Amino acid sequence: MAVKKSEAALDPLFNNNPIALQVLGICSALAVTTKMETSVVMCAAVIAVLTLSNLTISLLRHQIPNSIRIIVQLTVIASLVIVTDQILKAYVFEISKQLSVFVGLIITNCIIMGRAEAFAMQNPPSLAILDGIGNGIGYSAILMVTAFLRELFGSGKLYGYTVMPTVSEGGWYLPNGLMLLSPAAFFIIGGLIWALRVYKPAQVEMDG
Amino acid sequence: MANRQATGYTLLFATAICIVCGILVSSFAVSLEELQDENIALDKQKRVLEAVGLLQPGEPIDEAQVAERFAPIEPVLIELASGEAVDGDTATFDQQRRARDPATSTEAPDNLAKVKRIPDQSLLYEVRDDGGELEMVVLPIEGLGLWGTLYGFLALDADTTTVRGITYYQHKETPGLGGEVDNPRWKSLWRGRRAFDDDGEVRLAVIKGFAGSAQEDPHEVDGLAGATITSNGVTNMLDFWLGENGFEPYLNRIRAEAN
Repeated sequence: MAVKKSEAALDPLFNNNPIALQVLGICSALAVTTKMETSVVMCAAVIAVLTLSNLTISLLRHQIPNSIRIIVQLTVIASLVIVTDQILKAYVFEISKQLSVFVGLIITNCIIMGRAEAFAMQNPPSLAILDGIGNGIGYSAILMVTAFLRELFGSGKLYGYTVMPTVSEGGWYLPNGLMLLSPAAFFIIGGLIWALRVYKPAQVEMDG
Repeated sequence: MANRQATGYTLLFATAICIVCGILVSSFAVSLEELQDENIALDKQKRVLEAVGLLQPGEPIDEAQVAERFAPIEPVLIELASGEAVDGDTATFDQQRRARDPATSTEAPDNLAKVKRIPDQSLLYEVRDDGGELEMVVLPIEGLGLWGTLYGFLALDADTTTVRGITYYQHKETPGLGGEVDNPRWKSLWRGRRAFDDDGEVRLAVIKGFAGSAQEDPHEVDGLAGATITSNGVTNMLDFWLGENGFEPYLNRIRAEAN
């Protein structure tokens, strides 16, 4: 099965989006999307980890013993995540404080193990990198849209700048508190999946 | 190539991966540690400045400016039980580590703030005006919230009763709910409240719902919606640290000196 380079990178954006179609990585999508600023850093971290883990696993794919491949993937991913967390703590301390545990939880982000097992184990490094970047951006796209809506309606701000002054700050906008709670991300992501499937009916799963 | 299914090869591969990953992780952790510690120390200083009102929340500020604004603030090491100042290196003082070490701490009596051990010494800050007159004291406070311990500072006026500010520099509360302890608007509600009543009892609480102005409700602060446990945690830690096991001896000394 030959995968074209352009497909590896572009498919995950709309045709095979990790969140919208594969419904992976939802957990972190709920947690970090109350603000755009934290989402941006989270997305960058996920893209970096996903690309590097895909590259590493792909380079080792002929060496990894089959019986321990999952735990090897996990070890590589966990190491990359810890390194990422350390770098964030050293260079963007304020934001890493807000992301708190969620950077560490990239380890359990199903997208990363999913891509390692499903793609990087079977494909050469160049394709695996593109697949990593593509899936990372596909994940990020959904995250950013969710964060945009949640920050705008939840706190009347965009990227930390006030767009709609809230009542508590003396403005007119009464923030929708639900938007700051995790279920809001479910509603928004659900809505996005619906919109995407209306646009591309081929993604609708058949019953039975 | 060696047989990929052989047990020996599997063990060898697993060991190699562990060593490589271990070296990678530890070398990053060690090389970045200094930078991280600086960040943590700087962040703590910023929270002290916020507590005393020398820094607006969210105001961008660099290291040199922090040091400059810190000029009137003097770190003071005290012995908690007596409230007396003691000598010691304030730069390397680590209260959390001291509280863990049985040699430098005592077991705390059962308390609502869930403080387990009380350190023998504590690092606080005294703010003095140009004439050397005491203006404010900044006390470190800590106590259990919903997900973990909150660490912060409470700034009191030289009268040891009027609250000048409160900030937290480390906590694990839910963003948007308990995490609202960082909300500048909520923190501003504390200014002017009174920590003690006329009989000298600690009386400052985060209540359910809304409190009036500092004049109407001097001992109460608005609750955080959806974060009852965090709100109670804040009340409990103030109760503990302003009480007899906390800074009461020190505050008594300040009061005595003022008279």
